[in-house]
Amino acid sequence: MSTKLRIMVPVKRVVDAAIRPRVNKAQTGIETQGVKYSINPFCDIAVEEALRLREGNKDLVESIHAVSVGGKKSQEVLRTALAKGVDTSTLVDVGEKEVETLSVAKVLAKLVEQQKSNFVLLGKQAIDSDANHTGQMLAGLLGWPQATNAAKIEISGDEVTVTREIDGGEEVVKAKLPMIVTTDLRLNEPRYASLPNIMKAKKKPLDTVTADSLGVDITPRVEILKVAEPPARGAGVTVETTDDFIAKIKEKGAL
Amino acid sequence: MIRPSLGVRWGAIRAYSKLTAEHYNVARGSYGSIEQSDLDFFKSIVPNGVVTDASDLEMFNEDWMHKYRGQSKVMLKPQNTEQVSKIMAHCNARKLAVVPQGGNTGLVGGSVPVFDEIILSLANMNKIRHFDPVSGVLTADAGVILQNADDYLRTQGFIFPLDLGAKGSCQIGGNLATNAGGLRLLRYGSLHGTVLGVEGVFATGEVFDGLSSLRKDNTGYDLKQLFIGSEGTLGVITGLSIICPPKPNAVNVAFLGLESFDKVQEAFVKSRSHLAEILSSFECMDASSLKLASHHCSLQAPLSDVHPFSVLIETSGSNSAHDEEKLSGFLEALMEEGIITDGVLAQDETQIANLWYWREFIPEASTKAGGVYKYDVSLPLPAMWELVDATNDRLIKQNLVGSTDEFPVVDTIGYGHIGDSNLHLNVAVRRYDDRVEQALEPFVFEFVAKHKGSVSAEHGLGFQKAHALHYSKSEHMIGLMKALKRHYDPNLILNPYKYLP
Ligand SMILES: Cc1cc2nc3c(=O)[nH]c(=O)nc-3n(C[C@H](O)[C@H](O)[C@H](O)COP(=O)(O)OP(=O)(O)OC[C@H]3O[C@@H](n4cnc5c(N)ncnc54)[C@H](O)[C@@H]3O)c2cc1C
Repeated sequence: MSTKLRIMVPVKRVVDAAIRPRVNKAQTGIETQGVKYSINPFCDIAVEEALRLREGNKDLVESIHAVSVGGKKSQEVLRTALAKGVDTSTLVDVGEKEVETLSVAKVLAKLVEQQKSNFVLLGKQAIDSDANHTGQMLAGLLGWPQATNAAKIEISGDEVTVTREIDGGEEVVKAKLPMIVTTDLRLNEPRYASLPNIMKAKKKPLDTVTADSLGVDITPRVEILKVAEPPARGAGVTVETTDDFIAKIKEKGAL
Repeated sequence: MIRPSLGVRWGAIRAYSKLTAEHYNVARGSYGSIEQSDLDFFKSIVPNGVVTDASDLEMFNEDWMHKYRGQSKVMLKPQNTEQVSKIMAHCNARKLAVVPQGGNTGLVGGSVPVFDEIILSLANMNKIRHFDPVSGVLTADAGVILQNADDYLRTQGFIFPLDLGAKGSCQIGGNLATNAGGLRLLRYGSLHGTVLGVEGVFATGEVFDGLSSLRKDNTGYDLKQLFIGSEGTLGVITGLSIICPPKPNAVNVAFLGLESFDKVQEAFVKSRSHLAEILSSFECMDASSLKLASHHCSLQAPLSDVHPFSVLIETSGSNSAHDEEKLSGFLEALMEEGIITDGVLAQDETQIANLWYWREFIPEASTKAGGVYKYDVSLPLPAMWELVDATNDRLIKQNLVGSTDEFPVVDTIGYGHIGDSNLHLNVAVRRYDDRVEQALEPFVFEFVAKHKGSVSAEHGLGFQKAHALHYSKSEHMIGLMKALKRHYDPNLILNPYKYLP
């Protein structure tokens, strides 16, 4: 017997991966003015994988729903997901402030319930906070099995086999649906959004709800006191000969 | 993330190209030959900047296409204008011929010697001198690499007004010397407009101190313009000042598939009225260009099918919401009217870079089989792809094109800066072969002359096109150019055998 997949893909809007973030003048966070934002690359990979699961086997996937927890502008990344082929989407409008991971996981857990999702595919981490624990917390809250850092996903019947990236190699794990999988870089190369699909996406559903309406309290419990750049590296020195070089590293105590 | 490098890498050194002098039967001019006393003099001026080792000189004697090869025995690497002046004065007195060289990415054989000319490299003159964030005027040494200039400007919130595929190697002085056009001329205009000042050294050693930063200055003949596009034949550019536009906050890139070149022209006309001030690039490539590129590129293809023509459109503006609305309205109109058959829109910076890579990689891909015959022409748009088709037919009829090694030609491809009516016709070859060259020349030049185009839109004349100048310029014009050359370089020591017939 095989269960049809109702996939949920959470996506986050972050400073574009190709842009070097800078600390703002007030040292309270990173500079957001005049900076390009895009879909988090790992989330993009999750969207791509959901689409490929459907393209690989039409009968396998019943629906793909994207969710973003963020400000109004997070609609942009939902439109991107819809333009690539996701069916429906929900923005959980929490205003411009960063929401703590546990709150995000609680919001997602509620939506999983509402949407009757049985497979959550999400990025292993967002490249802004690099926290790498949304998927794990969600698995904890739902009591579902999880496979993180996926490099390959195979589904047969109720069974999901995931090849994981681990230090120095790969690990293959297996679990039954419902399940959480977080994506790593090698899983796939995300597609371009085609113009016909971008046009179609404008008519696809994009609901907006608040955390309140889901009954989740997102009051932060951690206060950020200061954000600073790592100390700049000192200038290097040029040495003339190998002997000078050896003398120099001895002087620094490295030899 | 897959991050293609946009700089130009030198391919593995293949079998040596033939010596230009022998292959094209050139006679050496009556120049002096370098003696020990000359070397001693040069060492007294630039103690660490005299290169004489034959293997060190190899890559500076051969051009980017591996098509032209000279026999220079000396390369000089001065660090400042005064040293350049002393070197030139000496060479002029001794009648020693000199080739100024920047990044050696020029595509007409202008940057390498033919015989034993001294290579005067600007590589060690690589400092940003000054940047004024109010006016946006950058003043820098000629040897600054274009990419470095642009990277620096971006940290200041500005960009260099020129961009091209060779940015990782070419120098801004070389760009001026060739009057390079590049990928965004459509938006930021030609160097004749953006360059405000030039510092240079004439063949005689006389310093031309024209490093103004004034936007408006109508006091007499605009002499700095002489250096722009003079390809090292009048003087050596040592410094320049240029006005730079602010870095656009919102950049979007779309990659479109079209059925015919007529549709490309329709899309271009529409893009100018719909996108107006935010349009910053309109680049076109034919199916053969993309097929050739895809043989050597592991990135995902932008469109699932290869269309007869592809167009890359870029917008640059200050407000992303405004630009996206404009662009998506425009693209929807193109779809609805059936002008484009398919298309994608980049969703992030990585996709923008990857789409650009498909366009910028084509020149490099065209050399991968062994070599390339390059024609860079200005033509009225309606005649543009007629030239590509006619050239292709001609080479096929002469039985020069095939997929196996016995045929010299791999394919004929066309791409270019449609926004500027500038076509790059490239014939990718397995090896340079006189039969191919004879099939192409003067055929291509005659076609261009018949349509009142230019035989060199942006790459210049160099060695390759000096003899073709008369297809685009009258005897009278050529006479005036020769008089100018003699005035500034009376001994004709700068970049001989090139530029003028
Ligand atoms: C992959 C690729 C893409 C390209 N795309 C474009 C494009 O889109 N548009 C375009 O216009 N061109 C393009 N070009 C060609 C272009 O002319 C050169 O890349 C560039 O402008 C030359 O700079 P350079 O420093 O390499 O000069 P070089 O190749 O070293 O020299 C070119 C000529 O200028 C002279 N010269 C160089 N420096 C000086 C100086 N300081 N003073 C006096 N004379 C000097 C040389 O003697 C020579 O005649 C491309 C080339 C490549 C390889």
